[in-house]
Order: sequence, then structure tokens, then C-alpha cells
Amino acid sequence: MTWNALILFGVLATSLVASAVIFLLAESRHTTRSVFNLAAAVLKLLLVGWIVWGVYQNIDYEFRFTIIEGVDFILRADALGMMFVGLSSLLWLFTTIYAIGYLEKAPNRSRFFGFFSLCVASTVGIALAGNLFTFLLFYELLTLSTYPLVVHRGTRESLRAGQVYLYYTLGGGALLLFGVVALHVLVGDTEFVPGGVLSGLDPSLHPLLIGIFLMMIIGLGVKAALFPLHAWLPMAMVAPAPVSALLHAVAVVKAGAFGIARLVYDVYGIEFAFSLGLLGPLAVAASITIIYGSLRALAQDDLKKRLAFSTVSQVSYIILGISLFGPVGTLGGLVHLLHQGLMKITLFFCAGNYAETLGVHKISELDGAGQRMPATSVAFTLGAFGMIGIPPMAGFISKWYLGIGALEAGMNWVLGVLILSSLLNAAYFLPILYRIWFRRRERLWCEGKVLGRFETSGWLLLPTLATAAFALIAGVLAGMPFSPLYWADLIVSREYLP
Amino acid sequence: MIGLWSVPLLFALPLALGILSLLVTPAWRPRLIFVGLPLLAVASFDVLARLVVEGPRIYELGGWQAPLGINLVVDGLAVGMILMTTLVASLCALYARVYLRDYPPSSSFFWPLLWLLWAGMNGIWLAEDIFNLYVGLEVMGLAAVGMVALRATPQALAAAMRYLLAALLGSLAYLLGVALLYATYGTLSMAGLHEAAAPNVTTHVALALIILGLLLKTALFPLHAWLPPAHGGALTPVSALLSALVIKASFYILMRIWLVLGPEVTPIFTAQMLGVLGAGAVFYGGWMAWRQHHLKQLVAYSTVAQIGYLFLFFPLVTGTGPEAARLAWDGTLMMLVAHALAKAALFLSAGNLILAVGSTQISHLVGISRFRPMSLFSFGLAGVSLMGLPPSGGFTGKWLLLHSAILSGQWWWLIVLFLGGLLSAAYIFKVFRMSFREGPQIDRSVTPPLTLDVTALILASAAILIGLTAHLPLFWLRLGSAFGAG
Repeated sequence: MTWNALILFGVLATSLVASAVIFLLAESRHTTRSVFNLAAAVLKLLLVGWIVWGVYQNIDYEFRFTIIEGVDFILRADALGMMFVGLSSLLWLFTTIYAIGYLEKAPNRSRFFGFFSLCVASTVGIALAGNLFTFLLFYELLTLSTYPLVVHRGTRESLRAGQVYLYYTLGGGALLLFGVVALHVLVGDTEFVPGGVLSGLDPSLHPLLIGIFLMMIIGLGVKAALFPLHAWLPMAMVAPAPVSALLHAVAVVKAGAFGIARLVYDVYGIEFAFSLGLLGPLAVAASITIIYGSLRALAQDDLKKRLAFSTVSQVSYIILGISLFGPVGTLGGLVHLLHQGLMKITLFFCAGNYAETLGVHKISELDGAGQRMPATSVAFTLGAFGMIGIPPMAGFISKWYLGIGALEAGMNWVLGVLILSSLLNAAYFLPILYRIWFRRRERLWCEGKVLGRFETSGWLLLPTLATAAFALIAGVLAGMPFSPLYWADLIVSREYLP
Repeated sequence: MIGLWSVPLLFALPLALGILSLLVTPAWRPRLIFVGLPLLAVASFDVLARLVVEGPRIYELGGWQAPLGINLVVDGLAVGMILMTTLVASLCALYARVYLRDYPPSSSFFWPLLWLLWAGMNGIWLAEDIFNLYVGLEVMGLAAVGMVALRATPQALAAAMRYLLAALLGSLAYLLGVALLYATYGTLSMAGLHEAAAPNVTTHVALALIILGLLLKTALFPLHAWLPPAHGGALTPVSALLSALVIKASFYILMRIWLVLGPEVTPIFTAQMLGVLGAGAVFYGGWMAWRQHHLKQLVAYSTVAQIGYLFLFFPLVTGTGPEAARLAWDGTLMMLVAHALAKAALFLSAGNLILAVGSTQISHLVGISRFRPMSLFSFGLAGVSLMGLPPSGGFTGKWLLLHSAILSGQWWWLIVLFLGGLLSAAYIFKVFRMSFREGPQIDRSVTPPLTLDVTALILASAAILIGLTAHLPLFWLRLGSAFGAG
């Protein structure tokens, strides 16, 4: 066992250990729990930074042991995986800070933070998985560890949402399992290799491979909220705001999108997938989801519901980018994995701030919120601009590369989808901004409690501002080393030139 | 023969302790475990160490040769089962020592029965001839019936009576089959039968009787009706022992005899039928488990369902290629061991939850996740393995079975594994839904003693861990079997 393997395992272990310790701490030990949780998050971020630097210099990080004959448990750091790890560990830190503030004085905090850490551990496992078996292992663990978070409030509504969540994810997981076992029978232990491992198979197996691909896309598409497998996501909005942030930006939908990226690039290989004719239908499915999600978002008055349908739409940009054959399209899809995370988490933090501070859940009640909570509203505005794709926000960069990628792949109709969806994005975000900034509040805000000396509790405000700033910087400084765009470019160069 | 003292000790010691525990006062009975458990643990590990170092062997009891003496088989499968028994039964015994304090003194008969049960099981794991398997089966079965009756309520006695009838009928059918085989081939030893057995009418009738008897004792659908009242109604440590270990013994015998007779004698049709019954068990048991309102009945029906997976062994191993057969062997044994650990954990943690809320009804678990997270956590870990979700022994077993089914081209078993997993998720999460609902704000539930929670947690963690470290136990289990070459 080398040092590098131990460091890699450490990235996973920080949140696993945090979860175990938090479960064992008594419910009343709030300070100890918070300190421990934050320390683990910071330590993880440091380890991730270390490995990112190493991966940049082409150092190998691998941790493996044999589970059963022919099946290994493999963690490996590559450029694609580290991008997802980097995103989730950065956002874990901010979401933890936010959750500490959000759940102050709430019951069941021990359970909440324990599963919260377990959820992040699963996400890191998904990102670092070196073969399909390990990926599947953490993919299912993610389902299990998010269920207690979705039903956290223990109301009838949240239990119902949890049940629907399980129907979708367990069913999808079972399909994914079939696909993984089938590939295992065909080619043995399916390690992730740039360029894929299947192109050498006999052409008579190609129809079977298409079937397996479809099955696995359904399994992964459930978590990525691909239409028509998305219905659980808006329902899961009953969960507390930090959980929504986690589901939408850090863990669950990202795990689905990331899994599709792995499947296309490192199992089938982009060129082989293209030659099987799998990319076109995937692009169509993603486009339908993009338009459908935006249309549904228009009709929602509940702020979190509108954001949820917006996620359905935005995550499919990633899938669209993956399905565009050519380096620029890939670049656009992968960079959006990071950008969407930063922007969406900001928006959910803001929605949580409005709900906690002003008791406002509906868009129609947001009139004049900008006056009462200027900092939160600025963050919200930045996030919304990013989602629409207004330069210089991060979302613009994603859409720019997606558009060029579509032209390069010869799929000009995708451009139409992008333009239409940007118009729809504007149509459902700009009215919110108008209400926040330009309408006046008629009555007084019904505020139950004073949450600190800022416009709201500092625990809630600081993470919101930080992620908003990141979303801005990711766009403005996109050309700098180690920006999301820079890193996505590195991945593309390694995937297309294996 | 001095070196192998541990093999006879494995059934002689429980037998001796059983007799001894009848001679001492009830208060002293539980304390005998502090002698018995360490010695049995040492003996089990000694047998394992010898197996790994010296390889599988036939052990002649007292140095006498086969027709006169008794032969014991010390191969990977037997040793694996012994280790599983030692781990599960020891933890159940530690649990029972605390749990039975609240029950009337008559419940201290648990201890002699436990030792008797243990001796019977270890006898079965080690027996090399089909008659000694019968003896072990009877000893174990009678002890198990006695344990079910321990609660001494009318329902418990009725359940025990039903169990007794099923068990006697089962062993009678088995004995008849054994007699037929002995009359035909003049041998009772497995090795002898392997040489002699030929596919003729007598053999097939004998095989049919043996299968029928063992199915009844394993409670395979549709012969399962005795199981839910017996397992669901018994004292918690008894439920755990019966569901985790006892039903495995009759399955183990069937597995051994099936492999000994070999593919020339065992018809593919029968194998497929056993698989179909297994599929029926998975669906019916899962469906019934989901419909229960009584927590331990739910767990008991879950056993009915899980037994079904084990019976996929027969279609996957009969008439298929060597690789598919090896995967079926690995997968079935992984399932068996994982179920033993997970089901014991599930019964023990269900017992803890019942202690905490003072009711057996699932609907009374409202809000328990806030007040007794540890009991619920063990229940959840064990549930993960039963649902076949990773990382757990149940998942690894399912993976191997799926692999074997695809490799042998029997895609219809995939559907069983697919729907079975979703059904078990449905009944496990039924309990969780209730526990996560917010109920009373004040903690009125009882705190179970720490020992009860810790033993359940250890078993549940073992069910998870064995899935991640399956490589080594599966290697040991293959030693001395037809699949052990690799």
C-alpha cells in the first residue's frame, strides 16, 4: 500500500469517519459535532487539492483490493473523477456550514449530519470509482443514504416523497445492476479506460451492447432526472433546503450525469458509442428534457419547485454535451457539470434564506425582498443570470461551448434547442428578479425571529455569497489555470487522445 | 489423532454442556456460556487453520474405519458452516443471557436446548454419511421445537406442535429415502454413494422422498406454513437462531446429497422445478412480508422469501458449464451466510425495537428513529443485505447468482432476482417509513440494555463486511469441493 493509495483512500475516509463519529455522538453534543464535521470537510478539501495537483502532473493514485475472484474494488484518481470530487468536496464544506445554521434548534440533527456525511462519502466514491462494480456500489449507497435526508421532516408529505424517490431510484439501480453484470460477463472486470473497453467485441454482439446501453442509461437517467424519469425530483422538494442543495448540485443528479459521462467516455468510448448510433438518441432525449423542464418551471409558483424543474432542464445540458460527438461539445458538457453545481447551489441557498428569514416560499410573495435582504438577492440574481447564460457568468461559457460543439458535430438543430431554452430560462427567472428588485412590499414581513446581525444568520449568508462568488469567478476567469474550463479542457485532451 | 481434538469437541462439548446445564440450578445455566463459547470458538478456528494448512480430509472418529466407525468430513463447506454457527449462536447466546432475565425461570430451559441444538447442527455440518445426517437432523429438530414452546402461551404451544409435526414428517420422509438408498447400494457414506448411484427408478424415488422431507424442513414454498408462526412467535433469540441457522441445515443436506449424486442421477427437470419453487417463495414470501402488521411476522415471512434464493442453486448448477456452476456455488453460499448474519441481526434488532416501544405492531414504531437510532440502524444495515443492495453480503451473493444465470443462459432467473430485490426493499422500507414519521415529542420508549443493541449491531456489520471481503471466505468454502480447483 503506497502513500498515494492511502491519500486517495483518505478522501473517502474523511467523510466515512465523520459519519460514523457523528452517529455515535449524543444528540445534544451540537458544538462537538459541528467542529468535527467542519474539520473533516476542510481536511477532505486539502487532500483533494493535493491529489488534483498530482493528477495534473500525471501521477497515478490507485487503491484496490479483490472482493471476489475477477471483481476488484478500485478507487482511482483521473481528471474526470477529480473534477467531480473537487466540486462535491468544495460544496460539501459550504453546505455543511449552511446546514449547521439552517438546522439550529431542530431535532434529529445527529441523524441528519450522519447521513449527510455518508451521502458525500458515496458521491466521492462514485467519482473515484475505477470500475463499474465500484461505481455501482457507491451509486446504490447514495440512494440509501439520501432516503433519510429526504424524509427528514417526518411529515406525511415527505414520507410520500421518500417513497416515490425509492420507487424510481431502486428500480433504476436494479436495471443498472443488470447492465453492469451483463458487461461483466462479456468483458470481465469493466475498468474505466479512456476510449472504452468494448470496441474490440465481435460485431454480432452490437445489438446486445445497444440494449445494455439503453438499460444503463435508464438506470443512470433516473438520478439524472432525464425525462420521463424525473418525477421524483420536484417531489423531493419537501426536504430541508440543504438537502435540496445536496440533491440538486452536489450529489444525486450529478451522480447520474457523471455516470452517463463515464459510460459514454470510459466504458463504451465516445467513438464506439458514436459508431453504434447511440449518441443521436441520447441528444434527443436530453433536448426534450431541457425544453420540458423549462416549460414546467414556468408554471410553478413555489420557488423551490421552479428551481427543481430548472434543475431537470439544466442537468440535461451536461448530457447533451456528452452526446455531441467532438471535443468542444464534450468540453461544454463537462464544464457545465461544475458550473451548474455552483449556480444551482447558490439559488437553493437563497431560496432557503428567504424561507427561513421571511417565511416566504412562493414567488408571488417575493415582492420587495431585495430591499429587505440585499445580499441574498444579489446572490440570487447572479445565479439566475448564470442559468440564463448571460455573460460573463459561468453559464454563458457552458452554453457557448455547447453551441460550437453542436455545430462541429453537425447537429445544427441543437442550436435551436439552446436558444429556445435560454429564452425559457429568461422567462422563468426574470419575473422573479423583477419582483425582488422592482416591486414594493405592501405589508410588513412576518418575521418570527431575529437571525443575527446581518440580514439573516451569518451561517446562512456566508455560504450563499461564497458560492455566488465562485459562480461569477468561474465565468470571469475561465481562461485562468485550474478554472473549471481549464480542467475540463484537460479532461477532453486526455479522453480524446488516449 | 491428538492433533484433531477440536473436531469431535465441536459436537461433544455442546452435548456435555447441555447435560451439565440440566444438573445445575437455573441461575447457573446461563453462566455456562462463559466456558462453552470460548472453547467452541477456539475449536472452530483450529479446524479452520488446519483446513487451510493441511487441506480437506475425512476424519475417522476414534480411529475406526467407515462401516463400523463414524466418518466426519472436514472440508471447506463444513468448516464454513461451523464458523457461521459459532459466530451467530454465540452472539445469540450473549443476547439471550440478558434478554431472558425478564422472563419466568422456566425459560432457563433455553440453555440445555441451545447446547443440544448446537450439537445437532455441528453434527450435521460434519457428517459424512446420510444416516448420521438424519441423527443430527432429529436432534436439532427436537431441540428447535422445544425452543419454540419456551414462551408457553397457547399460541406458542400451537406453533410448536405444528412445527413438531412438520419436522417429524420431514425427517420421516428423509429417513425413508435413506433406507431405500441403503437397501439398493448397501452404503450410507457419501463417497460410496458417489461411486455407486445410478439413474434408476429406486434412486429417483429415494431422491424424491429426500427432497420432499428436506423441503418441508427448510420451509420452501409451498411447504412453508409452519414457519411464520414458529419463527415469528418465539422468543427473540430463538427466532434468530431458527431463522439464521436451523433451516440452513436441511438445505445444506440437500445441497450435499445433490452434488454427491452428480449430474447423471439428478434430473434437470427436478432442478428447474426446485428453482421454480424457489421463485414462488421469493414472490409469495416477499408479498406476505409486505402485508404483515406484526414486526416479527414480517421478518419471519422475509425468511420464507430469502430461502427461495438459495434454491436457485439447483437449476444453476445442474447441466450448466463449469464456470456457471462455480459461480452458482459461490453465490448460493454467499447468500446463505449473508442471510444467516443479516436475519439474526434483523430478528435481534426487531426484538430491541419491540422492547423499546412495548408493542409488536409496526404502526407503533412511529417516531422511534429519533429516540432509539441504534436499534433502527442495526435493522437498517441488516435490511441492506437482505435487499441485496451494496455493499453487503446479500449484494455479492446476488451479483454471483446473476452472473451465473447470464452465463448459463437462464435469463428467467434474472427476473426473480430483480423483482425479489424490489419486494424486499418494499417490506424493509415499510418499517422505515413508520420509524421516520414524527410522533410524540417526549421519549416514552424503554431503553434496551446495551448488550442487546451491540450484539445486533455486530451481526449486522458482519453481514455488510462479508460482502466486501468475500474473496477469502469463498476461497475457504471451495476447499475440498468439486469447485475447489481454482
